[in-house]
Amino acid sequence: MSQLEIKNLHVSIADKEIVKGLSLTIKGGEVHAIMGPNGTGKSTLSKAIAGHPDYTITSGEVLLDGVSILEKEADERARAGIFLAFQYPSEIPGVSIANFLRAALQARLADGEEIDASGYYKRLYAKMDLLKIDRKFTSRAVNDGFSGGEKKRCEILQMAMLEPKVALMDETDSGLDIDALRIVADGVNTMRSPELGVLLITHYQRLLDYIVPDYVHVMYDGRIVKSGDKTLAHELEAKGYDWIKKELANAKA
Amino acid sequence: MSASSLSVATNLVGSFTAEAFAAHLASLPPSLPAWWIARKRAAYEKFAALPLPARTDESWRFSSISTLTLDGFTLPSAAATQVPHAPIGIKKAAKLVFANGRLFSHEPLSAELAARGVIVTTLQDALVKHEALVREHLLAQPPKLGSAKFSALHEAFLVDGAFIHIPRGITVEQPIGVFSYALGATTAVFPHTLVVAGENSRATLVEYFGSGQDTEAQFAAGANDLYASHGAHLTYIGKQDWSHRALSFQSNSTVVRRDARVQSLNVHLGARQARHESLSQLQAPGAFSEMLALTVAESGQEFDQRTLQIHQAPNTKSDLLYKNALRGTAKTIFSGLIVVDPDAQKTDAYQSNRNLMLSDEAEANSLPGLEIQANDVRCTHGATSSRIDPEQEFYLQARGIAKAAADELLTFGFFEEVLNRLSADDLHEALRVLIQTKFKK
Repeated sequence: MSQLEIKNLHVSIADKEIVKGLSLTIKGGEVHAIMGPNGTGKSTLSKAIAGHPDYTITSGEVLLDGVSILEKEADERARAGIFLAFQYPSEIPGVSIANFLRAALQARLADGEEIDASGYYKRLYAKMDLLKIDRKFTSRAVNDGFSGGEKKRCEILQMAMLEPKVALMDETDSGLDIDALRIVADGVNTMRSPELGVLLITHYQRLLDYIVPDYVHVMYDGRIVKSGDKTLAHELEAKGYDWIKKELANAKA
Repeated sequence: MSASSLSVATNLVGSFTAEAFAAHLASLPPSLPAWWIARKRAAYEKFAALPLPARTDESWRFSSISTLTLDGFTLPSAAATQVPHAPIGIKKAAKLVFANGRLFSHEPLSAELAARGVIVTTLQDALVKHEALVREHLLAQPPKLGSAKFSALHEAFLVDGAFIHIPRGITVEQPIGVFSYALGATTAVFPHTLVVAGENSRATLVEYFGSGQDTEAQFAAGANDLYASHGAHLTYIGKQDWSHRALSFQSNSTVVRRDARVQSLNVHLGARQARHESLSQLQAPGAFSEMLALTVAESGQEFDQRTLQIHQAPNTKSDLLYKNALRGTAKTIFSGLIVVDPDAQKTDAYQSNRNLMLSDEAEANSLPGLEIQANDVRCTHGATSSRIDPEQEFYLQARGIAKAAADELLTFGFFEEVLNRLSADDLHEALRVLIQTKFKK
């Protein structure tokens, strides 16, 4: 069973500290939700772990199965088992989903080893059927002109094909109507297994009705300020983030 | 005084001396018609008299001039004993393979196509058997893009090439292949392909230029003539894959008659310095020329592409899209001109050059131009240079694709718009594979 350990992580972007000492351990099979108001560092956390070059980790540690990933490039982290589902996936004109995923899987093979094309398509179509995605999808260019829902489904398909150890899902629900949200949530739920740890980043409790988390964390001003089970999400929904802010202010006073 | 003019004259011809020319003429078969030999003599005189390009020549703006040398090359005499394995695996209707300017091997047309009058043969053969057609079209369009000296050199030293004629109303389904190889360390070659597509005929031509070894410092001055008669549809694909130390000049001329359409795609991969000139003349209403090019330029390479779209009749259309991907310290030049004659009303002309900069050291130059003398036309042109979007690159890396492979994938994505213009899927795929070989080096 795999495990992602985030230890006292500090992340800056252009010398401004955004994540200010965050610790969290995600074990295989667990779904952790991080909620919090906008601008609190949720997306920064996921991008920093995935290795985005704009984010500088100033201190702390991120270990995947006990091994630090912070010295690795983004592509090495991905091959080690980290998957970032983007809030705003890039459009890649001219590169079909089939070729894109093939290149991603090829990258995981040893030098000189070639991907087996027929086996690849068989697996791709099986995953698409599982996620109820039309096979015509594979010949379209990655995210090019996709609707918000199609982009998120494309992310889920990639996740299903790449079989990560840990998925960091950044605002996967943003821009989705309720039908698209349900499809995406179904996709994640079918992938839930002891082999996969999930970190769900979301602003709204709505997503958590569909992907029920084992743990809920509230992030505020770069730190986790409160943790609990799924009932915490409902409490947040009822009381709003001001409740957290007040509680923090009281604690300081 | 006379000594100095003599030394200038020597510099003007380099290895291509009067003695070399006389030896070349002596090596040609005696069967060739006298008018052709006379033209070659005149071409040599012209070549020897014309100056080399100068820095101040507008048609050579941005080009590296000091590296344009005529010295140090040899005219091959011995016949080749073997040629490299052809990298393009598609089924062909017929195939001609030239090595050092001479026919090396050929795969003939089917008996059925031959019986219907389709001709795929050598120029030397056609000069005798189809003299009138060759005389009418061979190098019939004067060079207009700056390479008059190299075009004259080509005509003077042209040994042999391909002649293709598709008679009226005939469709050749599979592509016709022409392969030209330069073999030997300092070899100079002068490949030529002449295509005469008869009225309402259909054909695709795939041409490949390659070297024996990638280290050979060769010289190539090639040309082709494409002539599309009334209603003909012609697709031309040229793949330039000379040695990375070669110096290459290629001058292509396309004449499009009434309601005919020519699609040409030139893929540029090889040579240290490659000048490519493309002239399209739209001579009658309904004529359409689609001019496409893809270039992968890397350190130590300069690709210099000059184009001219001339609309000589009303209701004609041209559509040019040239895409360059630049790596390392590569340099590219695109200079394109659309000319619309006074009576070419309702012209629809488009010209676009797009450069993908894969490195900060690469240099892409663009000179788009319009010269419009009619008042009811639609002409657009544009040039862009852009770097890979770092967010796109991160997206690919976040899927486990390393930076080099990500750049390759994004380059293919960039090229796809051009490759998608091809209607034949197997050609599309064959070109992908060929372009990929450049990334594997």
